[in-house]
Amino acid sequence: MSAHTLSLRTYLGVFATLAVLTAATTLVAYIDLGFFNVVVALTIAVSKALLVVLFFMHLARARHRTQVVAGAGILWLLILITFTVSDVLTRNWIPQPAGW
Amino acid sequence: MPETHAALAHQFEDLTQQHDAATLGMWIFLVTEVMFFGGLFAGYTMYRAEYPAAFAAGSRLCEVALGASNTLILITSSLTMALAVSGAQRGRRRLTLVFLGLTMTLGALFLGVKFLEYFHKFQEHLIPGPNFGYTGLSARQVELFICFYFGLTGLHALHMIIGLGVVTVMIVLTWRGRFSSAHYAPIEVAGLYWHFVDIVWIFLFPLLYLVDLHR
Repeated sequence: MSAHTLSLRTYLGVFATLAVLTAATTLVAYIDLGFFNVVVALTIAVSKALLVVLFFMHLARARHRTQVVAGAGILWLLILITFTVSDVLTRNWIPQPAGW
Repeated sequence: MPETHAALAHQFEDLTQQHDAATLGMWIFLVTEVMFFGGLFAGYTMYRAEYPAAFAAGSRLCEVALGASNTLILITSSLTMALAVSGAQRGRRRLTLVFLGLTMTLGALFLGVKFLEYFHKFQEHLIPGPNFGYTGLSARQVELFICFYFGLTGLHALHMIIGLGVVTVMIVLTWRGRFSSAHYAPIEVAGLYWHFVDIVWIFLFPLLYLVDLHR
């Protein structure tokens, strides 16, 4: 149980990084990067989520089966979003024949 | 004979196994929560792809300063929660109580800021329904964005309220001396939940507040 005791320095370091990334994502939003605004915003959000999951939630040092469960959650989320988006974004690529 | 502990349920070999089962159970619950919020995020993605201009206009109605402050409040509460769990791990009862109290205070502060934002939305008639007050272009699609805003932040706030209830129970149990460095699984599990709710907000903030600030 004591396997995942992290030091105070680790917690404070993670918190400082999270605060810096929050400032970064807010400031970058004011710069016009076109499509890459959303890419940067999501990359920063995923990085912040990973920091919280790995250190605050101790997943980095958790048992392998716990890591597999957490990974499965992300996998199913990706399946959900990928398949929904691939359907919606590819509609009407081929003109529909009259009468449909 | 293995040592017996008042908190050890009879179906477990020892406290380590019980602790592992508790955290694994919480992770499985969190995966169902990921899918719950995931469906809403998928819906958001669909409609944002369909009406990009309206979602940009809707996003500009959000108060970025309040949203950013709330993000900082929530990640600070995650830090205090992590330190509360760390205190419990080391059997430091008073330290755990202080950090759990700080976590609750920050959580309540988050909800206060959220209430302020909702209040401003009410004042500006930006509530979806027959009296929706937005008069710019594609008002119906902006209304849809505002529906996502209230739906997602409302469900998130509900999770925060439940989190505050969970932390209150943890404070009472810690106060009564129920936990030790050998048995602190409930605090660890409460921490997992709290951090998950923080992660949801980490995604909500850029997706709702930061869509289109650069114009």
